[in-house]
Amino acid sequence: MSVAVEFNQVSKAFGTVKAADSVNLIIEDGEFFSMLGPSGSGKTTCLRLVAGFETPDSGHILLHGVDVSSLPPHARDVNTVFQDYALFPHMSVAENVEYGLKVKGVAPAERRTKVADALALVHLDSHAERRPSQLSGGQRQRVALARALINEPSVLLLDEPLGALDLKLRQTMQTELKNIQRQVGITFIFVTHDQEEALTMSDRIAVFNNGQIEQIGTPSEIYESPRNLFVAEFVGTSNVFDSGLAEQLLGSRDRFTVRPEKIRLGVAGECTVTGTITDLVYLGMYTRYRIDVQGIQLTVAEQNTESRLAMSSHAVGDEVQASWSKESCRLLA
Amino acid sequence: MKARAPRSLTVLATAGLMYLHIPILFVFLYAFTTEDAAFTFPPPGLTMRWFGVAAQNDDIRQALGLSLMVAAVATTTALILGTLAAGAVWRTKFFGRDTLSLFIVLPIALPGIITGIALRSAISLTGVSFSFWTLVIGHATFCVAVAYNNVIARMRRLNPNLLEASADLGASGWQTFRYVLMPQLGSAIITGGMLAFALSFDEIIVTTFTAGNQQTLPIWIFSSLVRPRNRPVTNVVALLVIAITFVPIILSQRFAARTENQ
Repeated sequence: MSVAVEFNQVSKAFGTVKAADSVNLIIEDGEFFSMLGPSGSGKTTCLRLVAGFETPDSGHILLHGVDVSSLPPHARDVNTVFQDYALFPHMSVAENVEYGLKVKGVAPAERRTKVADALALVHLDSHAERRPSQLSGGQRQRVALARALINEPSVLLLDEPLGALDLKLRQTMQTELKNIQRQVGITFIFVTHDQEEALTMSDRIAVFNNGQIEQIGTPSEIYESPRNLFVAEFVGTSNVFDSGLAEQLLGSRDRFTVRPEKIRLGVAGECTVTGTITDLVYLGMYTRYRIDVQGIQLTVAEQNTESRLAMSSHAVGDEVQASWSKESCRLLA
Repeated sequence: MKARAPRSLTVLATAGLMYLHIPILFVFLYAFTTEDAAFTFPPPGLTMRWFGVAAQNDDIRQALGLSLMVAAVATTTALILGTLAAGAVWRTKFFGRDTLSLFIVLPIALPGIITGIALRSAISLTGVSFSFWTLVIGHATFCVAVAYNNVIARMRRLNPNLLEASADLGASGWQTFRYVLMPQLGSAIITGGMLAFALSFDEIIVTTFTAGNQQTLPIWIFSSLVRPRNRPVTNVVALLVIAITFVPIILSQRFAARTENQ
C-alpha cells in the first residue's frame, strides 16, 4: 500500500495555544482514518492543515509523497465535507455538486453526467433542482458529500460531518458513509469527538490530546490496549488502579486499567476485590454496577444472559466479590 | 386576535401622519397652479404650463445633470470603498478594527453642518479649489457609510466556510469572488447603492459647503425660493427630486424584502 498523507514533525500554534505539536502521522491509501479527541485537542487543526486552510509553522505535510505544506487549498487534490456542510445557498443541489467541475473548466456535457452519477451515489437524484434550504439535515449532508466526491479527490476530509444529525440518522449515515468509502475506494480522514463513531467506522484511529497524538491503532487496539490514562478514559469506560490497590492485585505499584465488561461479579478469580454496590442500572443488554472498593469506584458491566438472570441478582448495598483475569489488565504509561 | 388600539391613539397617530405628509401634497398641488407669484388656497386654476417652463430652463437642466453626475460618481466610489472596507473588517482582525468601523459610520451620525464645515476648512487648507470633485468627496463621506453598513450587515450573516468550501473545491480567489461572494452580497450592494444615490441626490448642507459655484438641484430650489416669479417651477423641480429619490428607496426596500424571503 502506498502512503496517502504524511505528517512530518508538523507544528501549528494559535497565539500561545499549540494546536499541533510536532505531529508525525502516516495515513495509508484507501484507509478510513479517524482523528478522535476532545474539542481543542488539535484534530480539526490537523484536518485543516491537510486541506490547506492553515499552513504549518514548521514541519511538512505530504500528499502521495509530494510536499504540499505551502500550496493553497485550491491547488490540493483533497476535498472537505464541512461540519455545517457550507452548501452555497444561492445554488440548487445540482449546481452545488457541479461547482468543483465548473471552476476547473470541465465541459458541460461531462458535468451533467457526473452530477447525475454523484447524486445517484448519495440517493438524491430526485432533489437536483431544490435549494439547500429546502432539504433536511441528512439530505444536506449527502449533498456536501456528493459535492466533494465528484472531484474524485485522492483524500476526502470530513470535519465532524454527523455532529448536527440526530442519533438515528447519525447511525444510518455512519453505515452509509462506510459503504460509500468502500465503493469509491478513496482515503477518508474523519474528524470526530464521538469515540463510538470512531470505533464503528474506522480502519485506524489517532487519539488526539493537547495537539499531540496519544495513540494510533485499529479500533480494537485502541479499545483493548489503551496506551495511557488519557486514551483509557477517553475511549470507553475504564477502571484505573494505582499505588496500593495495584500492588495488592498485581504485585507492582504501576498503574493499570480494566474494562467494565471484563469484570465478573460473585466469583473469585486471578484478581479479586470485595466491595459494596452503590449503584445499579439495568440497561437492557447489560446491567451497570458501581462498586465501592476501598474508596475506589469500580464500574462493572454484566451481560444479562439467561443464566445470569436466573442466578440470584444483586442489590444496592450488597457486599460483593468482583474478579477478572490478569490478561484483562492493561498497564498504562 | 390582535388587540385594537384605543380610539384616542388612532386619532393622534392619524393626525401625526397627516401633519407629516399633507404639506407634501401641497408641493404637488402648487406645481399645477395658474398663479405665478403667490400661493393662494384653493388655486384659482390648474395648468401643465410650468413643466414646459422647467424643461426649457438651462439652469435647471444643468443642475439636474450635475446632481445626477455627483450622485452617480459618489455612489460608485462609495460602493467600491465601502465594500472593500467591509470585507477587511469582516475577514481580518487588526488593531483598531472597531474604531475604524465607527469612523466609517460616523458621517451619518454627525450633523451635516459639522461634516460640511470640517470638509470646507480641510479643503481650503490644502489649497485645492472647490469643484465637482470636492463635491463628490463631500457626498462620498456619507455614501461610504451607507454602503459599508449594508454590506457588512450581509457579510456578518454569511457563513465564512462558504469561501473555504469554494477554495477547497478548486476555485481561484477570483472564481470564489465571482460565483460565491458576489451572488451573496449583490443585493446588499445594490440596496446600499440605491440608498446612497438617493441621499446624495437631495443633499444640501454638505453640498453648500463643498461646492464652488456649482449648483446642484437642491441648491437651485433653495435659491429660487426667494424669487418672486415663476414660483410653481420650483414645485415642478421638487416633484422631480421626489421622483428620483423615491424610486431607488422603494426599489431597495422591495429588493431587501425579496432577499429576506429567500
